[in-house]
Amino acid sequence: MATAAHDAPHGSHDHHDHTPSFVNRWLFSTNHKDIGTLYIGFSLIAAIVGIGLSLLMRMELQQPGMQIFADGQMWNAYVSAHGLIMVFFVIMPALIGGFGNWFVPIMIGAPDMAFPRMNNISFWLLVPAFLMLGSSLFIGGGAGAGWTIYPPLSDDTYQSGPAMDMALFGLHLAGASSILGAANFITTIFNMRAPGMTLHKMPLFVWSMLVTAFLLLLAVPVLAGAITMLITDRNFGTAFFDPAGGGDPVLFQHLFWFFGHPEVYIMILPAFGIVSHVISTFSKKPIFGYLGMAYAMVAIGVVGFIVWAHHMYTSGMDVDTRAYFMAATMVIAVPTGIKIFSWIATMWGGSLTLNTPMLFAIGFIFLFTVGGVTGVVLANAGITQILHNTYYVVGHFHYVLSLGAVYGIYCGIYYWMGKMSGRQYDEKLGKIHFWLTFVGVNLTFFPMHFLGNQGMPRRYPDYPDAFWGWNLVASIGSYISVAAFLFFFYVLWHTLTKGAKAAANPWGEGATTLEWQVSSPPPFHTFDELPRIR
Amino acid sequence: MASTSETGHSPYKHPYHLVDPSPWPLVGALAGGVLVTGIVFIGHYGSYWLATLGLLGVLATMVGWWRDVLKESRTPGIHSPVVRLGLRYGMVLFIASEVMFFVAFFWAYFHFAIYPEHVSGAAKAIWPPQGTLTFDPFHLPLLNTMILLLSGCTVTWAHHSLLVGDRKGLVSGLALTVFLGAFFTFFQVWEYVVAPFHFTGGVYPSTFFLATGFHGFHVLVGTIFLAVCLVRAIKGHFTPEKHFGFEAAAWYWHFVDVVWLFLFVVIYWWGAGEIAHH
Repeated sequence: MATAAHDAPHGSHDHHDHTPSFVNRWLFSTNHKDIGTLYIGFSLIAAIVGIGLSLLMRMELQQPGMQIFADGQMWNAYVSAHGLIMVFFVIMPALIGGFGNWFVPIMIGAPDMAFPRMNNISFWLLVPAFLMLGSSLFIGGGAGAGWTIYPPLSDDTYQSGPAMDMALFGLHLAGASSILGAANFITTIFNMRAPGMTLHKMPLFVWSMLVTAFLLLLAVPVLAGAITMLITDRNFGTAFFDPAGGGDPVLFQHLFWFFGHPEVYIMILPAFGIVSHVISTFSKKPIFGYLGMAYAMVAIGVVGFIVWAHHMYTSGMDVDTRAYFMAATMVIAVPTGIKIFSWIATMWGGSLTLNTPMLFAIGFIFLFTVGGVTGVVLANAGITQILHNTYYVVGHFHYVLSLGAVYGIYCGIYYWMGKMSGRQYDEKLGKIHFWLTFVGVNLTFFPMHFLGNQGMPRRYPDYPDAFWGWNLVASIGSYISVAAFLFFFYVLWHTLTKGAKAAANPWGEGATTLEWQVSSPPPFHTFDELPRIR
Repeated sequence: MASTSETGHSPYKHPYHLVDPSPWPLVGALAGGVLVTGIVFIGHYGSYWLATLGLLGVLATMVGWWRDVLKESRTPGIHSPVVRLGLRYGMVLFIASEVMFFVAFFWAYFHFAIYPEHVSGAAKAIWPPQGTLTFDPFHLPLLNTMILLLSGCTVTWAHHSLLVGDRKGLVSGLALTVFLGAFFTFFQVWEYVVAPFHFTGGVYPSTFFLATGFHGFHVLVGTIFLAVCLVRAIKGHFTPEKHFGFEAAAWYWHFVDVVWLFLFVVIYWWGAGEIAHH
């Protein structure tokens, strides 16, 4: 990884470092750090909604019988909104829009993003998108077709009201936001690296954002095409997915998962980047196998495009097709294994500091590995005949996302909170938050594997009494997780009001990337003069 | 890396463009939200006012935002060589995302055309579905192919004229390209009017109209882009060294051209069934 010449970045003494008025700063912004802050704030608000929905779901499932939901449609609408909000309005805005905007330009020694105005519309498109998706819950019966919006459940026979169309157009806007953001990140990284910052010296977080941006750029337009066809099927009489007109619902599954599978790497790769920095910083060692780590992410990105149909093993595909997708899917375990073992090798023999970001990073490695291993199980086309659409799958993807990606977000927030706000979090409070979260999420999601193995299907608000026990445990776990989430807001409030002033580099010699060489918070324009990288 | 002297009036010792705060991203995002909500209104309530309002907002954003960009491009020192390189990256990446958008529609087409057994309810697995009359590929579609290929030549003529500083050649080449683009759109509309199948007539018209329709929309966008370049060429905005706006329009036009070649070969020609005669 790169180290900058000592005298290069400075900025606290620059005479033209003026901060604009409120409207110019927060509504009309063209500043990557302010837009990053907007993204993180937006993500926190969306998280309150998304986590609130999951709390209602767990309250419903706490015992057999119908508790708070009127019927299956209402349940499905809440499940769908939970999934879509967490994916498009919590994880992606925090990891890509938030940390990406804040730290990609600083880490490569650039004064801002390549297209600052376009950066702002990427953020603001999320606001109407979120409003449309959120309001779909309250229109008619809501949009209850799952986050995968498969027809025929999502077509005008089963979701006849405008709610489904509101949700679909909300996705369109969120997709436009992602595509514009992706083009912005790629251009920034290719065109604005400081002198000496070659690709092979680039910090791993920047590498992770580069691969993520390519996945977004190439995958999201295919989703746009798919939901456009769904919208014209629903509203204007085409028959892409409607068997009555000769169409084929399985076509939608192909198009959706050609987007959907890269999408799961879009959510996890930035977390890989953050964890690499944190593990290296708090082991006081450079990352083990830097180039291997970078190209493992590239490999995950490339292979991620040719495994989509492992989500469709039970859709009636040919057995040879299933064999191919099974083999290709297993291949992804190789670069992922390279990353896991390189993180462990980085810690090996290092001088470890177990503070909050490091705890979240180690927690990430453990939990993501659990999710990855159940992923290898699910990659088997034969086993998935039984496990498809059971709680085993729900457990699996929450281990990689709600524990993997979300741990990445917490990891980044604690690692960079001092840098972004100028105030350092309280270590004791951070550790309480970590342990509360760790106990809560494991208690919530680990029992789901047992339920899935016993055959409990997903997307039902009720279940036979035999599934009660582990469902009760999972619900108790989710209450602990929600308490941990509320405690996190206390930590945030405590940091911003009572936190100690953060030094430019509070982490010491382990923190080598450029953001630790500028003040905390950095000046409004980070680099008036480009740093030179040796 | 460009030398810092090229930043001219900029107070910064780097060649990048730090853009001033702008209202257009916020206005454009909200207008986009109004526009798509308006389309839901059209689909469910048949009312057009909200979509019209949103469309006006989006168009106002485009005019206002790009007017700012043109102003910046003509202010010395802002669009330094490295900034212009960034704009090129941006345009190439935008076109790449557009290609993937069309991949979705070609995918839908091939899903049924290569595997006609995917067509639900068909008595016989053939493509196009039994009883579908299609266009004669060597009638209007071939004419449109020739028009687009010729327009590719005229835009290259304009480009070469621009590179040697021949403004008259630039203007004539661009004007001809815009004219050919409009001509293509005219024939495409004509073809839709005389189509032997209807938009809601099942899976063949669905794939046909959405693939060719989105292409037609892109032709319209490209034609407007080139028309704006024509006005700018007449005003003398372009120099042999600095003419990214023209370049972007030409790239976009070639992209639209290539998509058409695939549509022509795959849908009109290879996918032709029993020919409809008028």
